[in-house]
Amino acid sequence: MANIYPYGCFTHAVVRSIPESFGKLAEGGEGFQTDLAKAQRQMGVLTGALRQKVGLQLIEIPADSELPESWRIEDIAVIQGDTALVTRPFKQQRRAEAEAVRRVLNELKLTVVEMGDEEGGSGGATLEGSDVLFTGKEFFVGISKHTNHRGAEVLADTFKDFAVSTVPVCGGSRLKNICSMGGPDTIIISSSDGAKKTLRVMEQLTDHHYEILSVPEDVAANCIYIRGPAKVDYLLHPTAEECPNSVPAFQRLTDYTLLPSACSEASKLGAALSSLCLLINKKPNY
Amino acid sequence: MTTEVGSETDVKKEPEKVPEVQQQTEPQQTEQPDKAADSAAQPASASDDQPQEESQSAEAKSDPEAAASPEPSSPPAAGGQKKDKGISRFLPPWLKRQKSLSQDKPAESTEPPRQESVEAVKEEHEETSQPKEEADGEGGATTSTEQTEEVKEVKEVKEVKEVKEVKEVKEVREESRAEEVQVEEKDKEEEKSIGSADTQPVREEKEGESEVKESEEQTEKKEEKKEEEQVNQQETSVLSALKLKKMKMVVCHVTLLDGSQFSCEVEKRAKGQYLFFQVCEQLNLLEKDYFGLSFKDNAEQRCWLDPTKEIKRQIRNSQWQFAFSVKFYPPDPSQLTEDITRYLLCLQLRQDIASGRLPCSFVTHALLGSYTLQAELGDHDPEEHRLDYISDFQFAPNQTKELEEKVVELHKSHRGMTPAQADAQFLENAKKLSMYGVDLHHAKDSEGVDIMLGVCANGLLIYKDRLRINRFAWPKILKISYKRSNFYIKIRPGEAEQFESTVGFKLPNHRAAKRVWKVCVEHHTFFRLVSPEQPTKTKFLTLGSKFRYSGRTQAQTRQASSLIDRPAPYFQRTSSKRISRSLDGAPVVNVSDYSQALTAGAGENGPSLELNSDSKSLEEELTSLFLSKACFSGLAGSCSADAAPAEASKVSAQPEVPQQTPPRPGTDSRDASKSAEVKPEVNGQPEVVEVVEETVVIEEVVKAKPKSPTPEAAVTVETEHAAEVKEERSLSSDSESEDEAEYHAQPPSTSVSAQLIKEEPEEEQEADLTQQAPPSVIESQPITEAAEPAPAAEEEKPAAQPEEEACADEPLLTPDEAPNGHALQDEAPPTLKATAAEEEEPHIVNGSASRVETEHLPQVICCSEPPVVKTEMVTISDTFAAQKTEISTKEVPIVHTETKTITYEAAQLDGNGDGEPGVLMTAQTITSESLCTTTTTHITKTLKGGLSETRIEKRIVITGDSDIDHDQALAQAIKEAKEQHPDMSVTRVVVHKETELAEDDD
Repeated sequence: MANIYPYGCFTHAVVRSIPESFGKLAEGGEGFQTDLAKAQRQMGVLTGALRQKVGLQLIEIPADSELPESWRIEDIAVIQGDTALVTRPFKQQRRAEAEAVRRVLNELKLTVVEMGDEEGGSGGATLEGSDVLFTGKEFFVGISKHTNHRGAEVLADTFKDFAVSTVPVCGGSRLKNICSMGGPDTIIISSSDGAKKTLRVMEQLTDHHYEILSVPEDVAANCIYIRGPAKVDYLLHPTAEECPNSVPAFQRLTDYTLLPSACSEASKLGAALSSLCLLINKKPNY
Repeated sequence: MTTEVGSETDVKKEPEKVPEVQQQTEPQQTEQPDKAADSAAQPASASDDQPQEESQSAEAKSDPEAAASPEPSSPPAAGGQKKDKGISRFLPPWLKRQKSLSQDKPAESTEPPRQESVEAVKEEHEETSQPKEEADGEGGATTSTEQTEEVKEVKEVKEVKEVKEVKEVKEVREESRAEEVQVEEKDKEEEKSIGSADTQPVREEKEGESEVKESEEQTEKKEEKKEEEQVNQQETSVLSALKLKKMKMVVCHVTLLDGSQFSCEVEKRAKGQYLFFQVCEQLNLLEKDYFGLSFKDNAEQRCWLDPTKEIKRQIRNSQWQFAFSVKFYPPDPSQLTEDITRYLLCLQLRQDIASGRLPCSFVTHALLGSYTLQAELGDHDPEEHRLDYISDFQFAPNQTKELEEKVVELHKSHRGMTPAQADAQFLENAKKLSMYGVDLHHAKDSEGVDIMLGVCANGLLIYKDRLRINRFAWPKILKISYKRSNFYIKIRPGEAEQFESTVGFKLPNHRAAKRVWKVCVEHHTFFRLVSPEQPTKTKFLTLGSKFRYSGRTQAQTRQASSLIDRPAPYFQRTSSKRISRSLDGAPVVNVSDYSQALTAGAGENGPSLELNSDSKSLEEELTSLFLSKACFSGLAGSCSADAAPAEASKVSAQPEVPQQTPPRPGTDSRDASKSAEVKPEVNGQPEVVEVVEETVVIEEVVKAKPKSPTPEAAVTVETEHAAEVKEERSLSSDSESEDEAEYHAQPPSTSVSAQLIKEEPEEEQEADLTQQAPPSVIESQPITEAAEPAPAAEEEKPAAQPEEEACADEPLLTPDEAPNGHALQDEAPPTLKATAAEEEEPHIVNGSASRVETEHLPQVICCSEPPVVKTEMVTISDTFAAQKTEISTKEVPIVHTETKTITYEAAQLDGNGDGEPGVLMTAQTITSESLCTTTTTHITKTLKGGLSETRIEKRIVITGDSDIDHDQALAQAIKEAKEQHPDMSVTRVVVHKETELAEDDD
């Protein structure tokens, strides 16, 4: 449809800086030793790559120390085409994160759909963007601790052009912890048993055919694929330090420009590369 | 058989519309009067008929005929046609083949006599005849089977004669029994309580009649009749002309995709395809296989008009109002050959979108709307196209100003695009929508959760709310079936799995289940197969819905359209303003209700079409049952193909439900009225005529049936009832088999086949039917059956013989079997065991149906090496039912044993039979709200000389109101039985029918 293009064309990226409170009240709990500075550095590397290597326009929302998890901006919105669905995260305290994001989306002249109280509130719908895998052709919504069926229904009502399939999240706390897009028709997925189960469900539910790039480490399953303006395929992936066994798999991707980007600190909190940014395509390619 | 009937009906009813048929039939009619003119004419015609009939039935009847000929046979000789309908449905395809071979001639020959007889009857009963004639004029196809009963009553003498004839046919001892039985039956009939008895005499009568014809001997009555006929024949010609004139034309209103109305006058008995072709011609559409006509049924559900069936029967009491719409959404519209086809598809999609049936996002609404504007208005003209120029268009269910502005904005960007290009762009975008071409049906999953079933080109999609929660691609689906209101798909095992699984869904009602099933069958065939499943004549008796998609597949239509060689037809793109209006105000097709009933495919090609006008021809139904022959072959090599002869399969029908059958007299009258209405053909005394027809049918059947190795075999076939069933069908209209049907999507692997077999038993249990069926009735039936003792069984035997002979493929088995039956009765059931395996087999969704085990039901199944289904009893009772029909087809005479207690006996194929303890495998009663089905299965296993024989006797009670298509139901039941026991063959089917139909077709 008008909205259906090969996955990967983006013009803008929205990120949110790492707050001072990074690591506190985060999912991982207090037990994890997180290095704030290192996290900020890694975020810097990522944003630099997105802006300078890939060539996206980067919009950075200032950090808010009141919102220790606000850097996981992917959870706050699901964007496809001109439509952005502002989600309703599982955690009550995270719902305030949407405000700043909503403002940015409006500035970008996206059609912002609220999941808010009317639809989600009473029904208890919860949805987080990191449980949503958009392949360019359809949505997979991982039913997890953070996302429920009602949330998925809201997503389906928002993006009516697309099939929205629900899949169980096996082997990870969020769907995108175990899989992500590695190309227009390529899904990178962990080779763990849980991920395989999820993959089987996805294959069962889809009308389309995807190439599967299986990686041995969970952390390697979350990458950011962007097809640049010059038709160059970029893949931002965890560094060899984080996933030594998976790098060879990435290197099998021919004609890709690989951009290793560390996110070890975010990983400690259950996040991943894709958690750190929202990707937007403002230039529909006709 | 069916062809014959069809031709007649066509001639009478649709002379104009079905030129071909008319040509065939008309000459006959014309000829008849001439023959009639001569006093000798009848004998001559009879003689003409005889050879054919003889050839057909020669094997089975030759002996009996000789014996019978000397004796005077009372009733009119003419018509087996109706019988053919009724019986033929139940006949196994292989039998049908034979029929088909001989059909051409017999059909022609049979018709004339039939009419004559009818006329004669009329004269005799002028009083009754007139109203009936009128009814006929209206064109009710159904003959009154009930009439047969009347005939019996009126002519007891005939019965006696018939009995004698029957006896002749049968072996001496059997004869004696038969006589007794018949007598009893007569008594019962008088009592009005005996269904089976009625049927039997009818058959006998038929046989006798046929014999008489053949022998050319005429009883006094016959002579009288003949004389009358002769006298009348001249009149008949006149009458026929009158009939033709009487044929009513009906104006059909078809809502086209652009919202305009197309009115077309069609003969009242025209088939769906006639109207469809008229519409396509009007539209100048060649790629018509993607389209169909739909109508709203009484429940406001959208149903597809089956092109192979009469319109009138499908719409029933609904108005002749149809909608032309897309039935199969081409996944890639760019592959359509002609722009006009794409244009029509666009119109359909615009409706779908505007009605909300095809959901899309705001952006998509806007984009598609802009292409619509470009296609219909051309380039945006700022002068002409002011703000409100699009306000009349409806682009979305909830159209906002914002949307309209967006549409206009995009419209401007399409400058220079031709209408055809704009349509193409429209389709390119629309086809990507996830719900494009998905036909949604409300359902519940096994846990009672509301879901939607979406049937599309690729398979079956399961939605919960808007979320896709499962998907079954066609390649993964082995079998599609429905029982009552449950819909099942059997899934091919995954790599890691060893066994296929069956997934069940609960539909709101059995009609909905059938609709989904049909849609699935059609979509699978259209999109997945290269060519439609040929109605292969399987060797087995296949039961269940014969429904298959008979049109072209997508592959075929693509190939055909690639040959289209004409200049692009000019067509006017009408403003979709009209569409929007129509949508707003009224009724068009879409509506929010997704559930649709797909009936037959629109295709022309279907082999089925070749079959007669009565689309319901048994052959079609039976033959087409299985998707892939391979399935069967795969399943049971023994069963497969050739098998029938090798396998001894005998179904002994048991006279059921004597009690159930309501008093006949009342029913008779009703029936007669019905028949009169239904069948224009039968003017005079519908009863007589019907009887004649039925007899003819039977004869044909017999003829058709190859070898009757066992003269003994006494099959009580009450063709009358069968005929009634047929009639009912015609009346009932759309539903073929409402209750159950299966469709094998692909040839299952051998392993699969084995599994299938296991599962089948469950399926058997279901007999479905419609609404009225009172559960109480069902329950009562088993009791009655049980109550009925041996005598009934005996009675049945004699009656059964003729049929058996006809059917008997396996000469060897038949003699043995008869003894077996007796043995069964005698022997006390040693061990009753419910076959756990069968029961275990789980349909996930049981629906509301409750299963009750009824031990009392007598079913005996004897299996020898080749497991044979010896007996099947099918009882169909309408609530009103007054009539009873028993049709026992299949060779071997089997003794029916009915005992209050459990019946069970070891059955021995060989006369020698050792009686080992029979095992009661299953006995179940299933009752659902609208349908009452009682199926009792008795399986007896016997070990003989190391060979284990299994005989399965099933009793299926189908209770429902008039809209139930009993024939279909019966066919399904038989099919199910067949499928359940693929390695077994059905030897005998006895149909006991009680009916009161209040329905007026017209």
